[in-house]
Order: sequence, then structure tokens, then C-alpha cells
Amino acid sequence: MSMTTLVKEKLGIVPLVEGGKTYKQVTEEILKPTDTFPTSLWWKAFILAVTVTIVDLGIIGYLCYDGLYILGVNNPVGWGFFIVNFVFWIGIGHAGTLISAVLFLFRQGWRTGINRAAEAMTIFAVLTAATTLIIHIGRPWLGFWLFPYPNNRGPLWVNFRSPLIWDTFAVSTYLSISLVFWYIGLVPDIAALRDRTTHKVKKAIYSAMSLGWVGSNRAWSHYEIVCMLLAALSTPLVLSVHTIVSFDFAVSILPGWHTTILPPYFVAGAIFSGFAMVVTLMVIAREVFNLKQYITLKHLENMNKIIMVTGLMVGYAYGSEFFIAWYSGNEYEGFTFVNRAFGPYAWAYWIMISCNVLSPQVFWFESLRKNIKVMFVVSIFVNIGMWFERFVIVMTTHRDFLPSNWALYVPTFYDFAMLIGTFGIFFTLFLLFCRILPIIAIAEVKTVMPHKEGAHH
Amino acid sequence: MYWFKKEQFHFYHETTSGVFGLFDTPEEILSAAHKTREKNYTGFDCLTPFPVHGLDEAMALPRSGIPWISFFMGIIGCAFGFSFQYLVHSVDWVINFSGKSPNAWPAYIPVTFEATVFFAGMSAVVSLYVLSRSNVAFRKPLHPEITSHRFALWIPSSSQNFKQEEVVNFIKSLGAKDVTVVK
Repeated sequence: MSMTTLVKEKLGIVPLVEGGKTYKQVTEEILKPTDTFPTSLWWKAFILAVTVTIVDLGIIGYLCYDGLYILGVNNPVGWGFFIVNFVFWIGIGHAGTLISAVLFLFRQGWRTGINRAAEAMTIFAVLTAATTLIIHIGRPWLGFWLFPYPNNRGPLWVNFRSPLIWDTFAVSTYLSISLVFWYIGLVPDIAALRDRTTHKVKKAIYSAMSLGWVGSNRAWSHYEIVCMLLAALSTPLVLSVHTIVSFDFAVSILPGWHTTILPPYFVAGAIFSGFAMVVTLMVIAREVFNLKQYITLKHLENMNKIIMVTGLMVGYAYGSEFFIAWYSGNEYEGFTFVNRAFGPYAWAYWIMISCNVLSPQVFWFESLRKNIKVMFVVSIFVNIGMWFERFVIVMTTHRDFLPSNWALYVPTFYDFAMLIGTFGIFFTLFLLFCRILPIIAIAEVKTVMPHKEGAHH
Repeated sequence: MYWFKKEQFHFYHETTSGVFGLFDTPEEILSAAHKTREKNYTGFDCLTPFPVHGLDEAMALPRSGIPWISFFMGIIGCAFGFSFQYLVHSVDWVINFSGKSPNAWPAYIPVTFEATVFFAGMSAVVSLYVLSRSNVAFRKPLHPEITSHRFALWIPSSSQNFKQEEVVNFIKSLGAKDVTVVK
């Protein structure tokens, strides 16, 4: 924020908060949805999401009772929809950390408008991913065996050489660090809610949640340093999480999975899909909660640029994978890739290519980057494409080394139901968040608002 | 030597007795803080709805010492993560995995890294909790608008040269809208 208003005007840099608002207006407008009774639109969406979640919980209960055979998993394809969903949701989560941590380190002021919602999305996406991870182990009530703890079964520990244990540690560290990062950001805003409300019960709840925050500069001084520390720690953390998720595949010795490109390829894909999800959610949220002056076209345009760049990276990875499969001269590797693109799952592969590589190309044009309808449609396409990317990676082990073993993965009703169920869980949490807490980081937005000429910055 | 100082762990003081004045812009509170320091009032505080840049220098607050805590806890987390895995696989539960060495340390790196990040991050958050005195959740704020759009300058009665009338006049002379005495 070293540029003065005059310079910004000369260069045509648009302000991050439009409409020349005062600090008071910002607080009031962002906190308004938490005061008013939810609209009928919210209720409809919420009831739908809760219904889906309850049905999903029922199916999970049935799965625990009856066993994994109700799914389509078979011998060549031992990892079914659950792993596809897990990688998909963990990937969605990455954009939140990227916005809150990486863009923080690069001093990107525009992140303030969207980081709260994106971080909330991260946490809910990781929780959703964790549910699929727990149920896919078959006996979810023994899920705690994934953690090393002293027990009475002799010296019995987890195997730290297994990528699945790395995954346990990576996902749980990621969840806990993201959660505290998000909550620390919320504390000053909850304090604003506390000081604003006159309702007794609300006041008590917000007081407890705000941890006695009064805005002392002695606390702000530590607060800002802690945010920076968490951003600096989250940056390698977020890269490590999807790297380790890709190790689940890459450390195996199956053709198509055992490649060194997988970690960067997964990380780029995760950021790609996560930003698409942020665009989807923000386009809806700014409309429903009337926050167009906070989540401006500039924010959306910047996100679309990132979608395009990461989309190109993902496209490059698809090409490179193919090239290396041929160049390595390994016939198993070569067969796997030809089978991916032209085998029985070719339809999934080409859905992936057209959604992930072709559809974001529209963002080369500024008019399309700034077009709400276009970006909404592209963001949905990217989400579909990224789900299919994981589908292609997991399912194309259907032709293994023994041709008599070859079979297709035929998803059952329960596979599809639990895929829809993950969206139910995610949207239930997200809709509740939108009602209860401010979806824009109020204190942070105020720091990037236009100040008077000659202000110390 | 580059080492931490005790002042870097400055913490929040309760605003139980003193005088505060309210300002409307970050520029005003910034110049008010500068002038308060020139007047040699000690232990004063600025309460703001968002972090105001330059206020740390104006209040002569040293840079936070939390990175030191985080750094050392990170080292402890790293050592803990690695040694835990070493003890499991080389001492307590030695199992032959396809003839590999029991201490196949490269496989320990991911978990060691996660433990480092976890210890460093969580210790920073716990330090913030302690230094901002967050254990007192039901604290009464000075004024409800401070968390929204107003900026308060607080001079405690424990400050040196504190004389109530003088302080009230001083804060008024800085351009504060409302000046309130808290007892």
C-alpha cells in the first residue's frame, strides 16, 4: 500500500472496496446477514443440503453394517469412488490456504475480500475428505488405529514407511493449522459482532468465541506476526499435503502411478480445482448476500487468471505424462496411457481433457474473464473435469498385469449416493457458516481500503 | 548477538483505571500515539478495529518475540517427529520389511516435516493466546465502536506523570471526540 491514491488513479488501478465506504458501513454491511432472519432461498438450499447429508449418513450406517461389498470395488480396482472423492475434496481445500497464505506472503491486497470464505471452504472440504477417508477403511470405528498411540497389544505401532500414514499426519496437521489460522482471523470480527449485538444469549456466545478481544495494539502487534508465521508455515504445508496425497499413488509400483511428475501435477491440479470452487461459491455469495462491492470483478478476474495458469500447468502435465510413458520405452507404462486415452475409459479421459485444458482457455480474453456467466460455467466445468482426473487415475488400473484379471469398475447406486452425499456435508457446513459468521474478513478488508492522501503507510 | 529480549514479549494490560479518548481515523490515532510518547506517558495503549501500520513504532513496541518461540518449538517438533519414528522402527518394533534397513530414515521425512510445522504453528498460536490475555473471555470493552470504526487512545492511571485533569485535557487537545475517565 505504498502507492498514493493519486498514483493509483493515474495508473487506472481500481480500489479493492468499491463505493467509497466508511469503516462503519463496512462493518454493518458485512455483518448484516448474521442479524437478519435467513431468506427463503437460504432455507431451501439448507434443507436440501441437510436432507442429502442425512440420507448420506444413513447410507454410511448401512455400509458399516453390511460392508464394502455394496460398492463397485473389485480386484483390479481396489480403490473406488472413496479415494476419488477424497483426493477431489482435499484438492478443493488447497485454494483456501493458497489465498490465505501464499498470497499473504506475496502481499496481494485483493486476497482480503475472499480469504475468509476460501479458508472456511478449505476446512469444510478437508473435513468432507476426512469422512470419505475414514469410511473407506472398511471398519471406520477402528479409524483411530491410524495414529500411533501406546497400547496393550505388545509393542505395536503404525508403519511410518507407509504413505498412508504420512497422509494421516499430513491431513491432520493441515486441518489443525488451517483451523487455527481461520479462527485467529475470525477473532476480531467476532469481537465486532459481540460489541454490536444487543441480544443477551448471542452476546454471551460471541463473547466466549471472541476470546476477550478488544483490539489493543499490543495484541495486534503479536497478532500480525502470528498471521505471518502461520502463512509462512502453511505455504510448505499445503504443498506437502497434496504431494503426500500423490505419494499414495506414486510410491506404489503400478504403471501409470509410479511417476515422479505426480507431486507437482497433483499440487497444480489441487490449486486449479480449489480456485474453481472459490469462483463458484463467490459468484453465488456476492449475489445472495449483496457483497458486490467487496467481492468485485477484479477479485474474480484475478482468480480466473490463476485458474487459467494452473489449467495450463495441468495440461502440460497431461502431455508430459504421455510423452514420458512413450519415451521411457516401458511397454507397461505405454500401455497404461494408451489405455487411458483410448481404452474403455476414454470417455472419462476426454471429459477430463476438455474440461480442464480446453475450457479455461476462454480466460485469455478479458471480456470473458470478467463475464459472470462465463466464469460460473467454466468453474463448474473445471470441478467436473478435476473429479474426472482423479477418476481416470484411480480407475485405469482396471487392466493390470494379468489379462484374465481385467474388469471394469462399475459404480453402484451407493457409490453415486455417497458422492452426492459429500456435497451435502460440504454445503451444510458452508451454508451454516454463511449465516453465523462474517463471510468477509472485516478487519483485513479495512486495511486495504482507500485512505486519505498523505496517510502513513 | 542476535537474540530475543524480554520486551519483545509485551502483553495486553487490562484497561481498569485510566482515561481514554476516541478518534475517527487511523491517521489521528497515529499522531496521537506519537505525541503521547513524546509527553512521556508510559504503559499507554491504542485500541483499533484493525492493525494500523506504524502504530508499533509510534508506541515504541518492539517486534513481537513469538517467532523465537515458534522457531525453538519447531526444532523440538522436528526432533520429536524423527526420534519417535526412529524409536518405533529401530528399537521398539523392529520388523523386516523386504530386507530393508530397520532405520530407513528417508521414509521418516514426511512425518518429521509435519511434526515440525505442527509444533511451530501451534506454539505460535498458544503464545498469541497467552500474550493477548485471551483467557479472560468476558472482558468488558471500553467502547462498542472500537471494534468497528473508532480508534481509542488509552492512558492508564499507573502511567508516570498521571494527573487526571492534565491527561483529559491532553487527549482533548489531540483532537479526540469523546474523552472518558474509567475508574
